[in-house]
Amino acid sequence: MSGYDVAVIGAGPAGLAAAVSALERGARVLCVDAGAQPGGQFWRHRSEAVMPDDGALHHGWAMYRALRARFDAGAAAGALTYLPGTSVWMVQQVPGGGFELFVTDTVSGAAVQTRSTAQSGSAAQGGAAGWGGQPAATAPLRAATLVLATGGYDRQVPVPGWDLPGVMAAGGIQATIKGSGVLPGRRVLLAGTGPFLLPVAANVLAADGEVVAICEAASLTGWLPGVGAALGVPGKAVEGAGYVRHLLRHRVPYRRSTVLTGIEEADGGTLRATTVRVDADGHARPGTERVIEDLDVVGLGVGFTPQVELGLQLGAGTRVGEDGSLILVADAAQESTVPGLYVAGEACGVGGAVLSVTEGHVAGRCAAVASGARALVAGDGARGADEDAAVQEAGAEAPAGPAAASGTDHGPTAASCTGADHGPTAAEARILRRQRAFAAAMHAAHPVPPGWQDRLAPDTTVCRCEEVTAGEILAARQDAHASDARAAKQVTRAGMGWCQGRMCGFATACLAAGAEPGAEPGADGLADAARRPVAAPVTLAALAADPDPHDNADRAE
Amino acid sequence: MRTTPVTTPTVSITVDGRPLTAPAGATVAAALLADGLRAWRRTRHAGRPRGQFCGIGACFDCLVTIDDAPAQRACLVPVRDGMRVSTDRGEDA
Amino acid sequence: MTGTRGCDVLVIGAGIVGAAVAYFATRAGLSVTVVERGLPASGTSSRCEGNLLVSDKELGPELDLTLHSLRIWREDLAEHAGDWEFQPKGGVVVASRESSLVSLRRVMAAQRAHGLDVAEVDAAGLAELEPHISPEAVGAAYYPQDAQVQPVLAATGLLALAEAGGARVLVNTPVTGMLRDGSRVVGVRTQAGDLAAGAVVNAGGTWGGQIAALAGVDVPVLPRRGAVMVTEPLPPVIRHKVYAAEYVDNVGSSDAGLQASPVVEGTPAGTVLIGSTRERVGFDRTPSMPGLRTLAANAVALFPFLAQVRIMRHYLGFRPYCPDHLPVIGEDTRAPGLWHACGHEGAGIGLSVGTGHLLAQALSGVATEVSLAPFAPARFGDGAPGATVDALSAPLPES
Repeated sequence: MSGYDVAVIGAGPAGLAAAVSALERGARVLCVDAGAQPGGQFWRHRSEAVMPDDGALHHGWAMYRALRARFDAGAAAGALTYLPGTSVWMVQQVPGGGFELFVTDTVSGAAVQTRSTAQSGSAAQGGAAGWGGQPAATAPLRAATLVLATGGYDRQVPVPGWDLPGVMAAGGIQATIKGSGVLPGRRVLLAGTGPFLLPVAANVLAADGEVVAICEAASLTGWLPGVGAALGVPGKAVEGAGYVRHLLRHRVPYRRSTVLTGIEEADGGTLRATTVRVDADGHARPGTERVIEDLDVVGLGVGFTPQVELGLQLGAGTRVGEDGSLILVADAAQESTVPGLYVAGEACGVGGAVLSVTEGHVAGRCAAVASGARALVAGDGARGADEDAAVQEAGAEAPAGPAAASGTDHGPTAASCTGADHGPTAAEARILRRQRAFAAAMHAAHPVPPGWQDRLAPDTTVCRCEEVTAGEILAARQDAHASDARAAKQVTRAGMGWCQGRMCGFATACLAAGAEPGAEPGADGLADAARRPVAAPVTLAALAADPDPHDNADRAE
Repeated sequence: MRTTPVTTPTVSITVDGRPLTAPAGATVAAALLADGLRAWRRTRHAGRPRGQFCGIGACFDCLVTIDDAPAQRACLVPVRDGMRVSTDRGEDA
Repeated sequence: MTGTRGCDVLVIGAGIVGAAVAYFATRAGLSVTVVERGLPASGTSSRCEGNLLVSDKELGPELDLTLHSLRIWREDLAEHAGDWEFQPKGGVVVASRESSLVSLRRVMAAQRAHGLDVAEVDAAGLAELEPHISPEAVGAAYYPQDAQVQPVLAATGLLALAEAGGARVLVNTPVTGMLRDGSRVVGVRTQAGDLAAGAVVNAGGTWGGQIAALAGVDVPVLPRRGAVMVTEPLPPVIRHKVYAAEYVDNVGSSDAGLQASPVVEGTPAGTVLIGSTRERVGFDRTPSMPGLRTLAANAVALFPFLAQVRIMRHYLGFRPYCPDHLPVIGEDTRAPGLWHACGHEGAGIGLSVGTGHLLAQALSGVATEVSLAPFAPARFGDGAPGATVDALSAPLPES
């Protein structure tokens, strides 16, 4: 069939690995990524147009550089078509097999030229009249198989005052430092739950900021059941210990069982935060309230929300992951319940970069094989899988930050995954098992902070875009029978604004489902809040444009 | 250890008519934050101030007008020499 | 008035029509129970635009019902207008060619003869009504009676008013069968138990045919899909409901396949709604890119500034229509005790309160202000329920 063998959506850890593995199996690969340059969130770095990034703030940087080299080689050889700054707003199955991707320019929402003018000839002037002089003709993007490596973003639960200026997602602080080299503010408080707060703190310190405290909601005695899993992945324990040593050296208080109860504006444009210690059920311990003054930035995060909307558009099966987020179901080959649709990375379960990379290699390789790529490379003959895997795992988990990254980080190479056309190699399987066990232990130790609903005031903003309060959502549940996420959205407009429920969807689903034990929203409830028929904003001009009449059936190799 | 080398190249942009020197390669949002601005937009319903929240293009809080194109996510757009940024603060800010 | 009879009126379906029936029946002093298989307004009522239109109605019974219903929205329910964002904004049908204007004039003349308020507007007048309209437009018809509500707030609002008046609402309670006493329908069976009623009202919308089939009668309600796009929030640049002259022809046609004429309007939330397609695709939920493409192109043809405006989402709804494009309202003489209030196609929101008001009159044994004869269920004959689309088991469209 015409089009690509494998289309990979996302160029973060999972997407890079998938693209590279698919390429090295001989597939014609398309990689579409919203970012201006590869790396996703985990390897977000300074603009390459301006300066090289020495990887000092990064983790597993050598692994990134190795993947990137293979990715760039594929593009240079013409086997990989890479579309940066491009968002997929819709995917559909093509009757007879394969997938069609509808894309738009990430920043503007306008049409994207998907064929070179050399190839299409008339693309610049063809199709519907161009609105505002933009190229109107875009070739349909089709692929036999699809790999969703769409990652995720910080998950939030609302806190009184979380919509004040200076309050940011923890990942937003990190993106500003790693991507732009800018510290968003000097005195920073981090609050929420999860090990991700630690590297954010380290980045703030490295940028000469001050981390006033890290407020971790969990007690971390929950680590005890999982310590066996944690010890099975020695690199992770070292990584954690490295961060803690670093923070202690900088005298950063790491306060466990501590939650934010409110954020207020103080004189002089700074923020004031109030924290309290909680018991295992999230109830405040009397007398433990603390006020923290003179903050410039408050960073929030309670884990991650995977981006699953493209999978939902295709009707792929979902389930609730161990961290309580909605994820796409994937089998050993990383295939979803939709044949030909593969998933890797956070979209099928939050678990860190090594897990994402490994899943990406499996997904890319299996998708390439399933696509029936004409130039498919046979699976035998290359380096030993065990050797590669050992190097990768030990090296990839060396702590980065101020201790500087090790130079031996390599992911499991496609060449090392010999003979595994429909699933992981033995070495990959071992990595996946260990990484997933560690992730499960981590999630068990860092649940969404219990009692967060009790800390909301009636006037606490839940939907930031439409300014819908907790009181309004609870009143709709009470008075208008709005007892699921969709009904709550329809009645209150929570989730109907610009971000289409990305920030508030989890909280709205929980509030609508009710606070009784066992009332959690479940996969259906979370899916109501995660469904987005338009996954990225797209202009009416781009929608109206006729597709390029010259289908990419004649695409040159 | 500084992450921003002393010799970071810069570009010149204007924000609500006011000239601003911004680090090259930084996003518009980062440039505004570096200038000490934490809010540059007002919400539609209650006029509450907003700036950057998620920092990665998911929340749409950080919207600005860039070269007459309205409602662009400042955290996604890298600064460019001569860029004209307009915010809800207006030229009087 | 409950007892061995149960309630006076049991309404199946808590969409806009079921809510309206519940409200007016409660107002008329009847005891009412509403059973809804999901949550209120979870069907077509939350996947539409909230149109209250006279401009697109066939002259005759449909228009008579429309004028009655619009009066109720505007006058009887005036005190609640703010609850559901009632906006008497008026509608503008825009002609982009001289030939369309000629046809429009013929339509306007006939409408005026039937008591509709409509004025012809020339290109200059149109530009005053809508400053951003395409400069290609040659003229328009202006309908001051066209209005808009927020349909979900209207449905939940009417339901809440009914409950305040004593109505009972059971959600997440699908009806699985009818209770019979001989040929008479005397209640419904649900998973939560049997509910006795003096009268059962089928307000099942697009699933009304399947509800009727539970009673062994044919009410041939079919789905006609519509897609609506929602733009980013904008300043209030579009002041009326604005449609292309082709829309009027589109409504009554039964042609298979895709039709898409634009209806463009602003909302209090700032978004602009761009509807809507009319597709006969059963209950298929796969978005139609050609449909979205056509809607987008037509909308930009009406308002060129929309070219650079982004959509944030779109949604699909299934209009309930009958082969003769008239709703089904009234007692089913084929199954006494069963009443219908469904099949309102793309006019459900507008016609809901009129339907509810009239049906409440009929349920109370009072002569209805507008004759329900044209909407009689028995017009579909005594045949067995048609095996059309397996509607009841068709899941709701997502989003």
